[in-house]
Amino acid sequence: MSTVVVSARNLTKRYGRVTAVDGINLAVQRGEIFGLLGPNGAGKTTTILMLLGLTEVTSGRIDVLGFDPARDPLEVKRRIGYLPDSVGFYDNLTAYENLRYTARLARIDRSEIEDRIASALKRVRLDQVADRRVATFSRGMRQRLGLAEVLLKRAEVAILDEPTSGLDPQSTYELLEMIRGLKADGVAVLLSSHLLDRVQSVCDRVALFHRGRIALQGTVAELAREVLGGGFTILVEARGTDTATLAAIPGVRQVTDEGDGRYRLLADSDLRSEVAGRIVSGGGTLLRLNMLEPSLDAIYARYFEGARDAA
Amino acid sequence: MRRKGSPWTGLAPVFLKELADHLSSARMRVLEWLVLLTGIAAVYTAIREIGSVTAEDPFLLLRLFTHARDPLPSFVSLLGFLIPLVAIGLGFDAVNSEFSRRTMSRVLAQPIYRDALLVGKFLAGLGTLAISLVALWLLIVGLGLVLLGVPPSGEEVLRSLTFLVVTLFYGGVWLAVAILFSVLFRSTATSALCAIGLWLLLTILWPILVPFIVQAIIPPDPAAIILGVTSLEQIELQQTLSRFSPNTLFGEIVLALLHPSTRALGLVFPSQLQGALLGAPLPFGESLLLVWPQITGLIAAVILLFAITYVSFQRQEIRA
Repeated sequence: MSTVVVSARNLTKRYGRVTAVDGINLAVQRGEIFGLLGPNGAGKTTTILMLLGLTEVTSGRIDVLGFDPARDPLEVKRRIGYLPDSVGFYDNLTAYENLRYTARLARIDRSEIEDRIASALKRVRLDQVADRRVATFSRGMRQRLGLAEVLLKRAEVAILDEPTSGLDPQSTYELLEMIRGLKADGVAVLLSSHLLDRVQSVCDRVALFHRGRIALQGTVAELAREVLGGGFTILVEARGTDTATLAAIPGVRQVTDEGDGRYRLLADSDLRSEVAGRIVSGGGTLLRLNMLEPSLDAIYARYFEGARDAA
Repeated sequence: MRRKGSPWTGLAPVFLKELADHLSSARMRVLEWLVLLTGIAAVYTAIREIGSVTAEDPFLLLRLFTHARDPLPSFVSLLGFLIPLVAIGLGFDAVNSEFSRRTMSRVLAQPIYRDALLVGKFLAGLGTLAISLVALWLLIVGLGLVLLGVPPSGEEVLRSLTFLVVTLFYGGVWLAVAILFSVLFRSTATSALCAIGLWLLLTILWPILVPFIVQAIIPPDPAAIILGVTSLEQIELQQTLSRFSPNTLFGEIVLALLHPSTRALGLVFPSQLQGALLGAPLPFGESLLLVWPQITGLIAAVILLFAITYVSFQRQEIRA
C-alpha cells in the first residue's frame, strides 16, 4: 500500500531577501518514517511549519491528507500530531491536565478524553506520574509527554522536530522505539534531526537538507550507492593472504592494506562468501569478515565534500 | 484566499484554562487582597463619617463610593489607581510567556486559529476583572446595608451597577495595553515595564504636562494675562488633551454617575445655568447622557488597542 499522505511541490519560503526553503519536493507515504536531516538552519523547521500551516508559504503547493494547510489549517491540524523542537508544557499543571487541555483544543469527545489520555500516558510509560506537575519532569519525560499528545490525537501523520536532541542514549533509544511503535500503527512519521546517525536506524527514507534545498532523497542504501560510488565496504582480517589475492576476486574494485593483516575492500556487491572462499582456499586463516553499513554521516560528509569541490 | 473553519474554534477551552490560571495564581491573589483591603478601609471610614454627619442624603449608597476623608482617598479614586495595576498584572505576560515556555507552537498545532488564543486570553482577563469587581461591589453594598441600615434605592443600584460596567471597560483598556505589549515584546519583564511606564505617564505625568503643552500650542492672550484668567481656547484644548488619558475619562464618568448633581463636565457659563436648580440631582438618563461620549471613548480605546494587538499577533512568526 503506497498512499501519499504528505506531499510538497516546489515549496519555497523567503524571509525578505533570505531564502529559507528553496523549491523542495517531498512525498511521504502512509506508515513510513521519513527523515528530514541536515544541519541547523538548513530549512527543516521552516518546512515543518509550512506543512502545519503555521507559516505562510511563499510559493509552491502542499497537500496533507487532501487538505491545503494554508486554506484549511484546522482540518490539517486535526489530523497531524506535532512535537516541536524542545517542547514546552505548562509547568504549573500536571501531565494529565496538560493533555486534557490539548484534548479539549483538539475537540475530542468529552466521554473519550479520560480513556484516551490514560492509554496515551501508558504507552509512553508516564502513567505513574500522570498527576505530577510537569515542572518536575526531566527532558526525556517532557519529550515522551509530547509523544503522548500525538498518540492522544490519534494523528494520521506525526511530525517530530528534533525529538532526540538533548537526550541521553537510553532516553534516545526509548524514544526511537516509541516512534517505531507509531509506524506500526500505520502513522506516517516525519522526523527532523541534525544527528544523522541517531535516526538513521529508524528512517525508511531520508531527505538531506542543505541550505534550503533537498540535496539528496531516498533510502539510506540508495543514497550510499549514489554518493559513495555504489560500493560495499568489506573489512577483512586474515593471515596468509595479500593484497593481490584479494584484488583478483571479480567484483573487487579496490583493496587497501591497513596493516597487521587487515584489509579494506571496496566491492560492487556483497562478496563476503567469495572473499572467505578465496582466503581459505589460498591456505590463509580468516579471522574476521565484516561488511560496513553505509553511514549517513559518511554519505553527508562525502556528498558535501564533493559539492564544495565542484563549486 | 479565504481560510476555512470558524475562528472561534477552541475559544471555550482557552478561556476556561486562562481563567482557571488567573484565579489560582499567586499574583492574582496578591492583587485581590490589595484591592480588597484598601477598598474596605476606604469604605469603612466613609461609613463612620456618613453615619455621624448626613441623615438626609438621598444617595447614601453612592456616598460610600465617593466619600473621601484624610488621609484615605475615596474608594473610587483608589479603584481608578489600582484597577490598571490589576489589569496590567493580568495581561503583561499573556502572549510572550507562551513563547518563553515554548508552548506556543504546540498549542497552535492544535486545530484552533490564533484568534481563539488571543480572544480567549483577553476575555479571561476581563472575566477575572469582572469577577473581582462584582465581588467587591457586593461587599460594599453589603457593608452599607449592615452598617448604615438604609436600603439602597433603585436609582442608586442602577447608578452603581453602571459604574461597575464602566470600571470593567476602564480595566479593559489597561488589559488591552498589557496584552499589546506582551505581543510586541518577547521578554515579559520588558512588557511589564512598558505597560507600567505608560500607566505612570498617563496617570501622573500627563496631567502635569498638559498645561505646558497648551501654553506652547496657544500662546496666552496679553489681555488674559493682565486679567489673570485663562483664555477659552486654552481651557478647551487642555480638556481635550487631558481626555487622552483613560484616567481622565474614568474620573469624569465617575463624577457624573456617582454625583447625581453633576450637570456639566467642562466650562459652564452663567447664561447656561439660567433656571437651573443648583444642587438638585439629575435623573439617571441625563447623567448617563452627560458622560456617554466618555464611555464610548473608553470602549473605542479597548477595541482599537485590541485590533492593533490582533494584527501584530497574526503577523508574528511562531518559531520561537
